[in-house]
Amino acid sequence: MTNDVMVIGEHFQGALSQITLELLGKARELAGQLDGKVEAVLLGHGVEPLAAELGAADRLSIADHPLLEHFVPETYEAVIAQRIKQAGPRLVLLGSTSVGLDLIGPLSVRAAVPCFDNCTSLQVREGRVVAISQLYGGKIFAEYAVPETTALVAVVPGSFPAEPGKAAGAPEVLRLAAPPAPRTTFRKLIEPPPGDVDVSKVPLLVAVGRGIQNADNIPLAEELAETLGGAVCASRPVIDQGWLPLTRQVGKSGVTVKPKLYLALGISGAPEHVEGMKQSELIIAVNTDAKAPIFGLAHYGAVADAVEIIPLLTEQIRAASG
Amino acid sequence: MKIAVLIKQVPDLVEGLEIDASGKALDQDSLRYIISEADDHALEQALLIRERTGASVDVFALDVGEARDSLTTALAKGAERVTLVAAGLEAAPGSHALAELFAGVLRPQNFDLILTGVRAIDDLDGSLGGLLAGLLELPYVGLIRKVETGPGGETAIVQKEFPGGFITELEVKLPAVLGIQSAEQPPRYVPVSRLRQVMKTAKIGEQAVEPPQAQPIAVERLFKPEEGAGASMLEGTPEELAKQIAGLLAERHLLKG
Repeated sequence: MTNDVMVIGEHFQGALSQITLELLGKARELAGQLDGKVEAVLLGHGVEPLAAELGAADRLSIADHPLLEHFVPETYEAVIAQRIKQAGPRLVLLGSTSVGLDLIGPLSVRAAVPCFDNCTSLQVREGRVVAISQLYGGKIFAEYAVPETTALVAVVPGSFPAEPGKAAGAPEVLRLAAPPAPRTTFRKLIEPPPGDVDVSKVPLLVAVGRGIQNADNIPLAEELAETLGGAVCASRPVIDQGWLPLTRQVGKSGVTVKPKLYLALGISGAPEHVEGMKQSELIIAVNTDAKAPIFGLAHYGAVADAVEIIPLLTEQIRAASG
Repeated sequence: MKIAVLIKQVPDLVEGLEIDASGKALDQDSLRYIISEADDHALEQALLIRERTGASVDVFALDVGEARDSLTTALAKGAERVTLVAAGLEAAPGSHALAELFAGVLRPQNFDLILTGVRAIDDLDGSLGGLLAGLLELPYVGLIRKVETGPGGETAIVQKEFPGGFITELEVKLPAVLGIQSAEQPPRYVPVSRLRQVMKTAKIGEQAVEPPQAQPIAVERLFKPEEGAGASMLEGTPEELAKQIAGLLAERHLLKG
């Protein structure tokens, strides 16, 4: 095993994903402390132009093949497993994302290495790599030493700054072998339906979660948003119930937003949601559970029933707006 | 077509979670267990496939927490068979251990489709689906929101979520393991009267297995996020709270007019 830190790169629709820069920056820091090198691994078809953005790596391993054009878990996993076995890095960093989550389990088994998910902190302390993962909807954190073998760590997007990952450089380039014929094939990409509001562009957001209780209360939130001149968005449970369309979902599978105001109503603050809204300028949260993780993140909080607060707030805002 | 659904018990977050005296584990006495939310969606997705194709649905759960109750509910929802996998464990093991146990149980049974929740709130060492697929050498796709069966039942056509509301459609040769994020419709509701009726006649199969070889993760400490570290908390009646929030918005010039 080497002391190298490997980063599994991600891209979507021709653009490098933010998480890859976040991981590269962290990898630089860790590799410096472990006295190892940073290797970025990039899979796709026609991905050469993205290589220029991976200058923070010492080494860049590229697999370019028509079968890799779209993310097909099995195919990607086969190529990466092969590279991990060959290179034997100390750490392999992935995003805890739609891509990384499909890879870590099969990779862990195939490469016979341990894996960890939901990581939000990674540090080298006295030669040990110490990690923290968030569990139980963000209510508990677990600290553990990453075993001193090759290990896979999936990191929650937004945990590390992207800036240090943007360093310029000229990494040595390695070509990886073409993938085997897969049992899984890509059929098509389905784009979000056009026509609905793009909540990532709305400066004032009224966000509703499980605490909104039922579909009948959605119009209350819509009225509040209208009074404010904003829009309604939601966390996963509301979308899964079919109370609002998928385009309104904020979080891991949804949209990432940075509004001037994020009014979190009946949202507990599960990590998958927080990932998509933590950079909001002003977060005000209303939730019945005083221990809800959302209060750790919000600027202002109130322990109350969102359904009760919403119409009162609409009334207050209407009065104040004249 | 034979479908297996794997369900897991996780602590109910509605109850306060307490850390035990060792500082390295949750206090088991403080916990109430429920079915993992994504696993409930996996079961719903399996039942929807059955309604469309006549597939059979078998549900498996490790014998921890209230697994028996979750299996009874699965029967009431329409699963053909339910099986409690007994490994003599007191608390839920890690994902590698769980995958090892289920791989042993499922390997001889030749299921076409194995569905499980894409992740659970207590997953630290990865999630069950991907690890199980690795052990069984089957394809795996996770973060799925829709599953249909292909021609002749030889493939599954799945929709996988990406950020920003994008979805990719993939076709997977069966047998395969799929990690479900959400079913095509919310999990069905079982009326209490139906549940009571099923409880009287429920046949829950039991399969004893050897404890897992996989070593537990050496967690060094658990801790809670610092309370009050973030928000300035507003106090008062609902009317007063609404007034204070409106005031905060006005101060920041976020109100119209």
